[in-house]
Amino acid sequence: MRPARALVAGAAVATLFLTAACTTDTPTDPADGGGETSAEETDGGEETGGADSEWFVQADYDRQLAQREVVPEGPGEEPWLQAIEPEYVDTAEFASEGGDKTLCFSNASVSNPWRVTGWITMQQQVEVLQEDGLIGEFRVSDAADDDNKQISDIQAFVEAGDCDAIIVSPSTTATLTPAVEAACESGKPVIVFDRGVESDCMVTFIHPIGGYAYGADGAEFLVDNLEPGSKVLALRILPGVDVLENRWAAADKIFSESELEVVGTEFTGGDAAAIKDLVTQYLQRGDVDGIWMDAGDGAVAAVEAFEDAGKPYPVFMGEDEMSFLRKWQDTDMTAIGAVYSNFQWRTPILAAQKIWAGEEVPSEWVLPQAPIEAEELDAYLDANAEMPSLHYAKFGGEDLPGFPEAWTDR
Amino acid sequence: MTTVATRRELPVRAPRPSLLERLTAGGSWTVFALLLLVFVLIFVMNPSFAEPSSLMAFVKKAAPLVILAIGQYFVIVSGEFDLSVGSLVGAQVVIAAKVMDGQDELTWPVTALMIGFGLLVGLVNGLVTTLLKVPSFITTLGMMLVLYGAIRLWTGGAPTGALTEQFRQWGRGGIFGEPGQFQVPYALIVVVVLGVLAVLLMRRPFGRTLMATGDNDVAASYSGSPVWWVRTRAFLLSGFMATIAGILIGGYAGVTAQVGEGLEFMAITAVVLGGVVLGGGRGTVVAAMAGALTLEALFTLFNQLGLPSTIRPVVQGVIIIAAVAYAAMPRKARRRRPAVPPPSAAGDAAEPKEPAPTHA
Repeated sequence: MRPARALVAGAAVATLFLTAACTTDTPTDPADGGGETSAEETDGGEETGGADSEWFVQADYDRQLAQREVVPEGPGEEPWLQAIEPEYVDTAEFASEGGDKTLCFSNASVSNPWRVTGWITMQQQVEVLQEDGLIGEFRVSDAADDDNKQISDIQAFVEAGDCDAIIVSPSTTATLTPAVEAACESGKPVIVFDRGVESDCMVTFIHPIGGYAYGADGAEFLVDNLEPGSKVLALRILPGVDVLENRWAAADKIFSESELEVVGTEFTGGDAAAIKDLVTQYLQRGDVDGIWMDAGDGAVAAVEAFEDAGKPYPVFMGEDEMSFLRKWQDTDMTAIGAVYSNFQWRTPILAAQKIWAGEEVPSEWVLPQAPIEAEELDAYLDANAEMPSLHYAKFGGEDLPGFPEAWTDR
Repeated sequence: MTTVATRRELPVRAPRPSLLERLTAGGSWTVFALLLLVFVLIFVMNPSFAEPSSLMAFVKKAAPLVILAIGQYFVIVSGEFDLSVGSLVGAQVVIAAKVMDGQDELTWPVTALMIGFGLLVGLVNGLVTTLLKVPSFITTLGMMLVLYGAIRLWTGGAPTGALTEQFRQWGRGGIFGEPGQFQVPYALIVVVVLGVLAVLLMRRPFGRTLMATGDNDVAASYSGSPVWWVRTRAFLLSGFMATIAGILIGGYAGVTAQVGEGLEFMAITAVVLGGVVLGGGRGTVVAAMAGALTLEALFTLFNQLGLPSTIRPVVQGVIIIAAVAYAAMPRKARRRRPAVPPPSAAGDAAEPKEPAPTHA
C-alpha cells in the first residue's frame, strides 16, 4: 500500500508541476526588438493586467497625467475644497433653510488603514457642522465590503425618506450603480466619492485625480532616478480591483517605454510577511534596483528585506503612510511617497453643506493629488509627529477641533 | 467478539522499532522525500538558494508556520481541529503593537500578556469543545470570527501602534554574525527548542494519552484518562504555539492589517501533508513540522517558477484532499489484514451472514 500512497502523492505533485509548466510556457520568447523592456514577457498572461489589458484606457491615462499639471481652483491651504477643471452645476433645487439636517452616509468599509484615517477625518468634519447646528443626525451604514449589504443600506436610506442628503462611498463600481440611481430618483441630493459608479445622476462625484496618476508618479520617479537597464520589482496587492489595476496599467505603460527592466510583478495581498519573503527571494536571485508598489501597505517590510539581505537600498515608491515616511527618513533612501488624497473624506460633508445652501458645486469634483517628494518629507513628518504609524500624512484634518487626539487615539 | 480480540493484539505489532522507523511511522516518509525533492528542484532552479544566508532567510520565513504546525498537530492528533490560530496570530500581533506602541520598557510585559491571552483562547476553545460538547470545528470557527471581529472593533478597523525593535529581533534578528551577512536566526533556535520539547512531550504519558484519545476517545476514557482535560491541554498548547508564531511573524515583517490571514489552513495543510491523519490517533510531530517546511518550500518553488501567488489556495486545497484521501486508503487495507490471518474467524464471520440473502 505504500507504493499506492506514493503514487497518489506523486500524481498530485505531478499535476501541480504540470500546471506550473503550462503557466511558465506562455511568457517565453524574448522580444526581438530588444529596445522594449521585458515587462510584457514577465507578466505573460492577460489576467495579470498592465498596459495591454482591458484596464488601460488611453484617454483616461492622458487626462489624468495632464491633470497633475493643472493648477486647481480654490483655496490653496484647503486642498479638500479645491477642484481641477470644475464644471459647476446649479443646486438651487436642493436649497433648504434651517439646520438640524439628517445626513446619511453609506460607507463601503473601514477595512484598511487608509479608510480608517479618512473616516476619522469625516467624523471630525461632521462634528464641526453639528456644533453649528446645521447637521442634526449623521446616520451611517458600514457595508463591510459587501455589495449586497451596501445596496440594502442605500435602499434603507431611500425608504426612510428623511435623509436630507445621501453620501455614498461605493464598494464596487458596476454593482452599486442601480442602487445609487434609485437614490437619485428619490429626489434627495446624492454625493458619491472615492470609487465611482456608472452613472452621472448624482449631484457631484468627488475623487482625487486617480489611479493612473498614482501609478505614473511612482513609475516616472523610478525611471528618472535609475540608470537604464536597472531592475524594478513591482509589488501589487490584488488583481482585478479597478483602482489598483489602473495604477499598474499606467506604470506598466511607462516602464515599457523606458529602459528599465521589470524583473517581476507579484501579488502580495498587502501582507508584510509575504512582501518580505518575496523581496528576499528576488534578492537571492539577483539585484533589485527599484521597487514599485500599487499601495504602500507593507512598504517597510520590503525595505527591511534589503536591510536583512545586506543589500543597498533600492529606489523606492511608497505611499504617504507614516510608517513608510519614517523609514524613508531613517534610511535616507531615494524614495517618493505617492498619494491617493486621503483628505477627500472631508469634501463630501462640505459638499452637502454647499448643496443645502444652494451654492454651485463641480459635477465631477476632481481633487488635487500630489506625491510627497524628498524636500517635503521633513515638513510632513513634523506635522504628523504624534500620529500612529498607519496614519496617512495628507489626511487634511489639522485645522479641525479634534486634532490631534481624534487621530492619535484611534 | 473475535475481531475485538484481534484488535487488542494489534499493539504487539508495534513494539520497539528502531528510532528511524518510529520517526517515519505513519507514512511520514513521503513528506521527507517530498521535502528533499522540492529543495533539490529549488537548488536546480536557483543555486544561490543553497547559500547559508539564503537558507537562513528561508528558515526565518518558515519558522512561524512550523511552530503553528506543532500546535495544530497536538489538536489534530487528539481528534479535533483548531481553526482559530490564524486569527489568534493576527490578534496577538495587533494587540502587541497597540499596547506596546513602540515603548521599549513594555516589551516583556506585553510578551507575557500575549502568552496569557494565547493560553486563555486555547482554554476557552478546549473547555467549550470538551465540556459543552460543541464540535471543535464549530468552536474554533466561532473563535476565529470572534477574534477577527473583536480586533477590528477594538482598533477601529485597522491596526495601530508599533512594535519595539527588542520585540522584533526574535523574528528578524539572529546571533553569531552581522545583520546582512550570515546569521543564525533566533527563529531557528526557537523552532529547534520547541520541536525537541514537542517530541519529548509526545513520548511522555501525556503524549501517549493524547494519541490514544485521538484514536478512540471512548476507549481512552474507559482506560481512565480524563479525555476532556487531555484535549483541553492540546488546545492550550495550540494557543501557546500560535502566540510564539505571532511573536515571530510580528518580528519578521511588522504589523499590517492582513497579518495571520489564512494561516489556520496553512497549518492544517502542513500537518496533513506530514501524514498526520485528520480525526486523530496517527502521525508524528516531526513529520508535521516537515510538512510545514515542505509547504513553505513548495511556495518558494512556485515563486521561482514565476507562478502567480493566487495559485496557493489551489495547491493547499489539492494537498488537503489528496493527503486525506491517501491516508484513508491504507486504513481500509490495514483493517482487512488482521482479518485474513485467522481464517476460522473470517469464516465464522462470513457464515452467519451468508443465509440472510438466501432467506430474502
